[in-house]
Amino acid sequence: MQKLLLLGDEAIAQAFIDAGGSAINSYPGTPSTQITEYVIKSKEAKEKGIIANWCANEKTALEASIGVAYAGKRAMTCMKHVGLNVCGDPFMNAAIIGTKGVIIVVADDPSMFSSQDEQDSRYYGHWAMIPMLEPSNQQEAYDMVFYGYELSEKLGTPVLYRIPTRLAHSRAGVTRKESRAQNPLTNPEDAKSFVLLPANAKRLYRNLIDKQPAFTKASEESGFNQYFAGTDKTLGIITSGIAYNYLMENFTDTTCPYPIVKITQYPLPYNMLSKLYDECGALLVLEDGQPFIEEHIKGFLGKGKKVMGRLDETIRRDGEMNAEKIAKALKKDMQPGMPVPDVVTNRPPALCQGCPHIDSYNALNAVMAKYEHGKVFGDIGCYTLGFNMKAIDTTVCMGASITMAKGASEVGIFPSVAVIGDGTFGHSGMTGLLDCVNEKANVVVVILDNDITAMTGGQPSSAHNKIRRICEGLGVAPEHIRDIIPLPKNHDENVKIIEEEVAYNGVSVIIPHRTCLVELKKHLGEKK
Amino acid sequence: MIGDFKMKKDIILCGVGGDGIVSVAKIISDAALNENLYLKQSEIHGMSQRGGSVFSHLRLSDKPIFADVIPEGYADIILSSEPMEALRYLPFLCSTGCVITNSEPFVNITNYPPMEKVNAELAKIKNCVKINANEIAKQVNARSNMVLLGAAVPYLGINITKLEDAIHHIFDRKGDAVVKANLDAIHAGFNASK
Repeated sequence: MQKLLLLGDEAIAQAFIDAGGSAINSYPGTPSTQITEYVIKSKEAKEKGIIANWCANEKTALEASIGVAYAGKRAMTCMKHVGLNVCGDPFMNAAIIGTKGVIIVVADDPSMFSSQDEQDSRYYGHWAMIPMLEPSNQQEAYDMVFYGYELSEKLGTPVLYRIPTRLAHSRAGVTRKESRAQNPLTNPEDAKSFVLLPANAKRLYRNLIDKQPAFTKASEESGFNQYFAGTDKTLGIITSGIAYNYLMENFTDTTCPYPIVKITQYPLPYNMLSKLYDECGALLVLEDGQPFIEEHIKGFLGKGKKVMGRLDETIRRDGEMNAEKIAKALKKDMQPGMPVPDVVTNRPPALCQGCPHIDSYNALNAVMAKYEHGKVFGDIGCYTLGFNMKAIDTTVCMGASITMAKGASEVGIFPSVAVIGDGTFGHSGMTGLLDCVNEKANVVVVILDNDITAMTGGQPSSAHNKIRRICEGLGVAPEHIRDIIPLPKNHDENVKIIEEEVAYNGVSVIIPHRTCLVELKKHLGEKK
Repeated sequence: MIGDFKMKKDIILCGVGGDGIVSVAKIISDAALNENLYLKQSEIHGMSQRGGSVFSHLRLSDKPIFADVIPEGYADIILSSEPMEALRYLPFLCSTGCVITNSEPFVNITNYPPMEKVNAELAKIKNCVKINANEIAKQVNARSNMVLLGAAVPYLGINITKLEDAIHHIFDRKGDAVVKANLDAIHAGFNASK
């Protein structure tokens, strides 16, 4: 079969196309974005009539997938780890329903390359009591999509599919499988399973509990979880996902003497792990993420054999896994490189030269400088880099700028300003603005409109060309919705407009509108 | 040349977000895949890209490769589009490794160190090739990242004709002019580093 050079993300996307996927509904978020983007751009997907959409947020996206599953078709929703928080509600309930043909891909970001935390999605999968897949390389990433759909349809359950940044954004050769046709349109076998009234839900939850042994059996028998024998049984090693690679990196010229259980499928294969526990003197658990397996093995009281890992900081608790950390844990010799010379200075990411956000922040900074106690509540996007311009005081989660500004204003902060991008406003800013209007909060909401979702590479923004009308519809007084053009030549005028709205006691919205430069260049390039 | 001897090349490509160094990784990867080599190429997207320090780990081997990232002290080559960025990744370089770097700084920060200090550090590296990729690129009307790729050819263990094939493969759809500019650039870089 054809061999392609693919990112981990792209391997999942190609597998979705090849495995008979019908619809992919997602919200962009690093490092998951390239999955859906690949399907959107794929000629093959278009020819097959595959639906590929960017949705308003992860919740709307996953709910669309549940709808696809209702119609009997194969669905996928992709997101970054914190996106799973946003769609926690449909996620937990898809598990209760037992949706068939749904794979939820969550890209975790150990070491926080582009995120605000390093939460491990496996805890969610465990909580929802559904099977999870965690491929260790690009080929497995491809193959496990096929397997994931078979598992989902056979056992009646959504599947959580976890990848870390290093797999999502690393390329390798991937061999394709034969393409499979899409499922026909059908009605659910158990129509009541999609009606989560208490009477149905109680029955369905019991079903989910009763399915657990079958989930575990699949983990023991699918062949994705593997037991490798070893000669030195003083130590047994358990790896999850790509951590296996970092372990093997320490034995490129030799064979690992310790028995290993390589985990890529959950629930945990208890028989395999029990065997390792019984025959080894101690255990070392290697996970690229939080100590999920380790906590399971160790148990509440931590009695029995010694279990080493992130909990006892044999492996540092925070940060991504790597070969060096494992070498240290195994007391192996390293061959250190040279130190970084002192002369090297930091080169942090920054807003692009000429970025419209710079002009917006310059105007806002000029206004805020006049107030001693004013605060600017920021949000998530390129404009978070305004922190380096001392333009924002907070960044917490998608949409929190508006709601934090509201909360703070109500207990006495003045001026209380929110700064949010057009993409984030569409994702989860609108409901917060409705709260502000209903409570007549004294806030200024600056919606930086650059026409696209810039940080993740220029996906369409769900509120595009609708921001003013949305604000009016939510009840913001039209005369307090002000459009400005963020350019250096408009600085004085923009400062004046922001000042006027700070002076107004009520909800104001300011919309600085100018297209993202990266996006503009892309379009100019296309026209050439 | 592949198959006759043990082939392993671990390469750190680094530079500043937006300068095209990651595209270089893609071209080498394409060539390597056609050589039936195993490869893994890891890169960084998202917030880290915006004008900040960026890097890509590229691993080539005739045997299966495990980790997507190169362990510290194991890189054979650091290929950098910017001299200070080359220094930032020195912990990855093995004792026999070499650094190939653009000599011209990209100054988008206020505290960029004096060039004589940067050059003094580069001079301490046993195997270091410095070329003025900006100047050479101007002469052939191409981008400096492709000049650097050419400069790395003698150290990559991949024949330059294979890289030419990869350039055709990747850029043919963009037209003959783009292909020619890129081919000229790798040859100019190759000649400069020989």
